[in-house]
Amino acid sequence: MSDSRLDVRKTYKLLINGAFPRSESGRSYEVTTATGEFLANVAQGSRKDLRDAVAAARAAQAKWWGSTAYNRGQVIYRLAEMAESRRAELAEHVAFAEGLSAKKAQKSVSRAIDRMVWYAGWTDKIAQVFGGANPVAGPFFNFSLPTPSGVVAVIASQDSSLEGFVDEVLAPISAGNTVVVISSERRPTPSILLGEMTATSDFPAGVLNIVSGITAELAPTLASHEDVDGIDLAGVVGDEANELSITAAASIKRVFRPNENDTATTTRRLRAFIEISTVWHTIGQ
Amino acid sequence: MTEKKLANSQLGSLEYDPAPESASIARLKPSYGLFIGGSFSDPSKHEQFVTLNPANEEVLATVAQASAGDVDAAVAAARHAYETAWSKTTGAERSKYLFRIARLIQERARELAVVETLDNGKPIRESRDVDVPLAAAHFFYYAGWADKLDHAGFGADPRPIGVAGQIIPWNFPLLMAAWKLAPALAAGNTCVLKPAETTPLSALILAEILQQADLPPGVVNIVTGNGTTGAALVDHPGVDKIAFTGSTNVGRLIQQRVASSQKRLTLELGGKGANIVFEDAPIDEMIEGIIDGIFFNQGHVCCAGSRLLVQESIADEVLRRLVRRVEQLRVGDPMDKNTDVGAINSAAQLARIQELTAFGEREGATRYTSSCVLPEKGYWFAPTIFADVSQSHRIAREEIFGPVLSVLTFRTPEEAVAKANNTNYGLACGVWSEKGSRTLWVAQRLRAGVIWANTYNRFDPTSPFGGVRESGFGREGGRHGLEAYLNV
Repeated sequence: MSDSRLDVRKTYKLLINGAFPRSESGRSYEVTTATGEFLANVAQGSRKDLRDAVAAARAAQAKWWGSTAYNRGQVIYRLAEMAESRRAELAEHVAFAEGLSAKKAQKSVSRAIDRMVWYAGWTDKIAQVFGGANPVAGPFFNFSLPTPSGVVAVIASQDSSLEGFVDEVLAPISAGNTVVVISSERRPTPSILLGEMTATSDFPAGVLNIVSGITAELAPTLASHEDVDGIDLAGVVGDEANELSITAAASIKRVFRPNENDTATTTRRLRAFIEISTVWHTIGQ
Repeated sequence: MTEKKLANSQLGSLEYDPAPESASIARLKPSYGLFIGGSFSDPSKHEQFVTLNPANEEVLATVAQASAGDVDAAVAAARHAYETAWSKTTGAERSKYLFRIARLIQERARELAVVETLDNGKPIRESRDVDVPLAAAHFFYYAGWADKLDHAGFGADPRPIGVAGQIIPWNFPLLMAAWKLAPALAAGNTCVLKPAETTPLSALILAEILQQADLPPGVVNIVTGNGTTGAALVDHPGVDKIAFTGSTNVGRLIQQRVASSQKRLTLELGGKGANIVFEDAPIDEMIEGIIDGIFFNQGHVCCAGSRLLVQESIADEVLRRLVRRVEQLRVGDPMDKNTDVGAINSAAQLARIQELTAFGEREGATRYTSSCVLPEKGYWFAPTIFADVSQSHRIAREEIFGPVLSVLTFRTPEEAVAKANNTNYGLACGVWSEKGSRTLWVAQRLRAGVIWANTYNRFDPTSPFGGVRESGFGREGGRHGLEAYLNV
């Protein structure tokens, strides 16, 4: 009986403000496995969906940054716990998406979960590693604190459906930013699963918003959005990335473009969406 | 107006109903062995001692007395684990072990809080809200460092030291174990931990947690016992590093004993913290801060604000309000959730407090002691304030480590700084003022490892803690806390 049972398929939806809506546009697009078999009709997000997502991220940002670094670390660690318990499902979708063997997909998931643990530990160390006291030549106590840029847009890697995605969204989130991410166009399902896991990880609504869809259609909306403070261009290359960088310049966005030389322990992405805020305080009787 | 007064007097006479926590939550076993090489074993000489509940002098459990041979076995297990397992783990793996431990402490938090209160005598409210959550947070924080040591500011790829011998006090038993173990393990060391003689139980529950976390055998070994156990650990040639928290006198002995060896040493010793109150301080918060600074944990706190330095212009009012506030402290059953001040940890500590306070009266200070009714059984000392204290009095110079506050006065900021620094200790100070620039001016001149402004007795895993001068050296907590366990 179990062999002949017809499986129940899932509808892959967006994640906006803690809810899982279909695209307001009603559109969807076909996603296949790496070998070309039908996998799902995934919600095809619109510019309006992105604007809603940015509004949700903006609304969530003060609360996320206002919670303690310890609390933010525990929330991200909780996501790692959730991912660990659903690792088989994640690995299945990484294998579908990237055409990997089951073993390689599992290893990729392991690395992705360890990456979550890595970022869980960063939340309460960013200030200590990238901030500090400054010995100014005068009667002042002067200290510099890293603060988040605000709302960060991420154009997720097109290839690395989970590992890349985890790095791209958790770097800004661990620094206290909130994120709107356009997931990999052809390989979105692992990121959508991860988004579902945030719902059971105490992630406040709006901290991570995921919009699946056609990158070329959606990315300019984020790059030009006045209420987006930074953008990670992981999923675009060449002229497209250059165009988006130019667009982002209109509102002085912080732009992060991956570098071939980036290693697993670089903090470049973590530092990309941090602002240094310096306080001068007088000293005297 | 009359109605309000009436309401107030009725409120004032309201009694609290008892709100006792259940001792059965502790699930204590009748006896505990030594935790060596990942499992519990009997001490080689079959010697044991009992640990008491200081609130009623009842026996809680029988605990193993580790001999020099047992310490040797523990050090050997730690060395073996260091060489075969722990030094070969990646930072990411150590990180995940430490996160597991943090989570397990959170899961067993209530049990640990009850064990801590039974064994130590501290109010359950403090075990529950301070000791145990902070212990979990400490593991959480250092878990995050284990895979980021390259970013800690000590150069690339910093290496561990090796086997760490760690000796902890009885005032915050579980929290001190966390302060010692978490950074040591994150940095890649293995450990032999010796809990205090009067409070071994929470460390033994922690040993069970380490088993549940599947920490490789021998990475942490826990040897219970008295001072001879500690001495054997300090003297053991297989130990690369000693970390000690306790009295300055014992710290001095330990420093002498390791002086001619290659052992690394960090010491977190006694204190005689000055709480400096300026006339512009917010008075309600300041009174609460002074009270918390000295009566928190029965004053069994190395950084306790045991000397109050109050500006002369407000000295009378501050003293009057302190005396009134001390009367309102609820002293008694530590297991009652409404208790503010619990039991003194041991008969020996009680005798020490009694001796020093008797000196306070003899030397001419004015004594105010709470009229609270103390339980008949157990070790108790009513919260006490001494006014008219001069700098030469023993109660102004020596660490009492009990619920006893000495009040002195000053006129100018310079005088406050001079009096605050007039001690051999240098652990912590408090400054109370609305004027930030003056607070920082004072803080710059205080010789203390920690300075609290408009607060007191704050602890956080991200914040380095430790002393200057005879309060010891080395820091625990924060990025700086890693240095004590790295070969850098």
